[in-house]
Amino acid sequence: MLLRLAERTLIFLVSLVVSSVFVFGFMVLLPGDPAKVALGTNATPESVAALREEFGLNRPLLEQFLSWAGGLVRLDPGVSYISRAEIGPQLADRLQVSLILVLASMLIAVTIALPLGTLMAVHHRSTLGLGLSALSQVGVAVPAFLAGILLITVFAVQLRWLPAGGWVPPAYNPVEFLRHLLLPALSLGLIQGAVLTRYVRSAVLDVLREDYLRTARAKGLTPMRALVRHGLRNAAVPVVTVLGLQLATLLVGAVVIERVFVIPGLGSMLLDAVGNRDLLVVQDVVMVLVVAVLLVNFVVDLLYVVIDPRLRTGAR
Amino acid sequence: MSEPTAVPSAGPPDLPTAGPARTGGAGSTPTRLRGIPEAPAGGRRRRRPAGALLVGGAIVVAVVVIALVSFVWTPHDPGIVNAADRLQTSSWRYWLGTDRFGRDVVSLLMVGSRTTLLVGIVAVGVAMLVGVPLGILAAMVPRWWGELLMRGNDLLLAFPALLLAIMLTAVHGQGIVTAMIAIGIASIPSFARVVRSGALSVMKTEYVLAARAAGRRPVGIALRHVLPNVASLVIVQASVSFAIAVLAEAALSYLGLGAPPGTPSWGRMLQEGQELLFVAPRLEVFPGVCIALAVLGFNLLGDGLRDHFDPRLEDRR
Amino acid sequence: MSAREAARKAGGAAYQGDASMPPHVAEVRNLAVRVGGLDLLVDVDLTVRRGERVGLIGESGSGKSLTALSVMGLLGEGLEPSGQVTVTGQDGRVTEVVDPERGAAAEPVLARMRGRDVAMIFQEPMTALNPTMRVGEQVAEIMTIHRSLPGAGAGGFRATARARAVELLDKVGLPDPADAAQAYPHQLSGGQRQRVVVAMALANDPALLICDEPTTALDVTVQALVLDLIVRGVEARDAGMLFITHDLAVVASVCERVLVMYGGRVVEAGPVHEVFTRPRHRYTRGLIGASDLELTRADGRLYTIQGSVPGAGRFPAGCVFRNRCTHATTECEQLPPWEGPGPEQGFACWHPVVLRDEGGS
Repeated sequence: MLLRLAERTLIFLVSLVVSSVFVFGFMVLLPGDPAKVALGTNATPESVAALREEFGLNRPLLEQFLSWAGGLVRLDPGVSYISRAEIGPQLADRLQVSLILVLASMLIAVTIALPLGTLMAVHHRSTLGLGLSALSQVGVAVPAFLAGILLITVFAVQLRWLPAGGWVPPAYNPVEFLRHLLLPALSLGLIQGAVLTRYVRSAVLDVLREDYLRTARAKGLTPMRALVRHGLRNAAVPVVTVLGLQLATLLVGAVVIERVFVIPGLGSMLLDAVGNRDLLVVQDVVMVLVVAVLLVNFVVDLLYVVIDPRLRTGAR
Repeated sequence: MSEPTAVPSAGPPDLPTAGPARTGGAGSTPTRLRGIPEAPAGGRRRRRPAGALLVGGAIVVAVVVIALVSFVWTPHDPGIVNAADRLQTSSWRYWLGTDRFGRDVVSLLMVGSRTTLLVGIVAVGVAMLVGVPLGILAAMVPRWWGELLMRGNDLLLAFPALLLAIMLTAVHGQGIVTAMIAIGIASIPSFARVVRSGALSVMKTEYVLAARAAGRRPVGIALRHVLPNVASLVIVQASVSFAIAVLAEAALSYLGLGAPPGTPSWGRMLQEGQELLFVAPRLEVFPGVCIALAVLGFNLLGDGLRDHFDPRLEDRR
Repeated sequence: MSAREAARKAGGAAYQGDASMPPHVAEVRNLAVRVGGLDLLVDVDLTVRRGERVGLIGESGSGKSLTALSVMGLLGEGLEPSGQVTVTGQDGRVTEVVDPERGAAAEPVLARMRGRDVAMIFQEPMTALNPTMRVGEQVAEIMTIHRSLPGAGAGGFRATARARAVELLDKVGLPDPADAAQAYPHQLSGGQRQRVVVAMALANDPALLICDEPTTALDVTVQALVLDLIVRGVEARDAGMLFITHDLAVVASVCERVLVMYGGRVVEAGPVHEVFTRPRHRYTRGLIGASDLELTRADGRLYTIQGSVPGAGRFPAGCVFRNRCTHATTECEQLPPWEGPGPEQGFACWHPVVLRDEGGS
């Protein structure tokens, strides 16, 4: 087991390094001088040269990379080429907002998918199961931001129950915070829930076919108790994998949702930076997102070992 | 990076964004009885897979037809701004009404389908061109290299198309080509993974072993044996990736990162219409429905093709 | 009235179970199983008494597994049983698994019976146990489900069950039973897993043990050991056993009576020695001949049964075997009557093997 943990940790660290090289390389090696891009139309050769000096863009690439990566490790993402403000504090604030949004969406998605997916699997032959399956097919086809727009149309425009956008920090006003969180989290959560539901259904269906469920019934367990006592833990393995993978989608989906609902999260920070040609900010935010995804997947890997005993001692 | 093999579903282990998992279908009894089938074939079980294929195929064909027709005819010219007619509701003249510039919604939707299809075709094309040979390569080289390649592949898999596109746009500026390339690159890992697992199975078959024993060179084996046998997997994945591409393009256009303002695109229509949500919500509903329908169509097509190509999997539905 | 029912009525004392014979633990009468209009099992009669070991042989597709599942009430979705199936537990509790009028019993009733009055061992030991649960826990579970042990209450009960589980694992021959109880299934070999399954099945001292090819998937060296374990376990509890297999040698060594199934019907039944040395039904004759590697036909070739088993529901009308039988005539288009003193002994064949000293053809 220890060997496996060590292996996973190594892979995680290597992935971190490789990703950072990739992100850095991407932003730096593509044509376009970051300084010139940042200055835009005001770019005189002198101002460009000055900017380059100021931000150390004339140093060798390796040195720039190490300086940047080292800064990140020390939790110092640097200074924006355009605003000259420290990127760190804003990054932290925005990260908090995005995290809340993503976690709330994940919660909604899981709350929908686990019971519905199991239901669909148990009744997969009945009209109920088929109907739910068709519904989830539709849910999967709708982009989250579209769901957001539609939800706004119904709940903000027609019914006027909820605000059409904006963000209120939880400490400021808990009730308003929830009111502003609800629609965005629902948009992401419902759609991801539909996707997750199909995976849950598949996992539970697989388990239902397994021999040990037959053994459980032969012991005297009713189908439902057999599923709960023996099936769920086994179905958890593929579902947990998907949850980890889903987080990447959620993080990215949040980027778009933040635009729909005008939420000050990482996504809008990223998009604003893209619009302003503030390349270092883009680089930093992308890196934060990538690290988040890698971290979640690493945690999922560790969770496996807890869930599936075959991984602890090595299956024969 | 987590082990991709743990992902459920008997078909290509597709990843979320468009999330096409298996369609519902008749299952089997919980006990396996040798020699006795669970339920007689025919009747209800046969109709369901055909359903997905037909519906999906019909939708895809409809979209293609509309796009082709739009080259020759649209009810009005979507390029012409007509302030006098702005924000009309549906009428005999403007079947679905007009937008804030007086442009006919139906015409916009029709021309927008071109963008959707174009981006999908190029993106999937790029992904196939790179992903398929990559997958075959990963299957045919010694185990260690193959594993390494797949690890790198998984890393790329973690990078959603949207993020890649945003990064590309930051450096290159917005544009439809940027979107296509970004989505294409992001779709490569899916193809590589699917092709590799299919190719590995083919490599184990006896006729490949015989070919190798007879001294056939690897390239020959790849072309003559591996490729035809993974073709069906590739086709299914193409349909699935197309659905993902449509979603990604819509999101990019909505964010203003895809098609430029001049080119009609469903995603951009969503963005332009959002300000008028309180006044004319229909301007959001119509393009939204188009996007969802197109994605649904390609997903169903993919599911239907998967069931069609691999009837063995029916037992597992 | 079918030929079968006539035989049943004529069966008399031997079938009805008079006081001098041990009571039935399982009684199957006129069992039929249909799915979507196809007949999978037709007109099956079967009885097992306390302490009796009955074999059920036939090829894949003959319906033997379905019969077993019908007794357990574990038929899958879409399979409709009819007829009568009754199971009687060690304490005399009777469960009508299938009732002639009301059909299959309700799930709660069946769940109470399974694992307590009747237990079943399946063929695949490698996949029979939950991979994420410790072995001892799985054995203990069958006792906590049925509350079959006296205990101090819920908390004390589970502890008692766990201790008893360790004892059982010891009795089935697992070395270091305490350690084994803490192990996960993947840490045990196939033979060991099957021993665990046997321990589980016998934990509540069921009146009937049904075994569906319990040793077929095991290594040859282990098969005899596990088989012996099962038989001793059954004997120790004076339980009845229904042993399903396609392996004639195993049946010959383990069972007292045997039923031969083909095409969803019972085609012959009787004491093992009788049926194996003097088979009457043509199919049985073919089976025996095909199993005997020393016996050859006149032309020097081994005996085989021509043709292959038709798919489910596609057996010919009348005698189910007639499209593969070398002695079939037009008479065989009619369902042959059961010839014998009762469902426990007899055969259904228009042209049975004629018994001559030199051995019939």
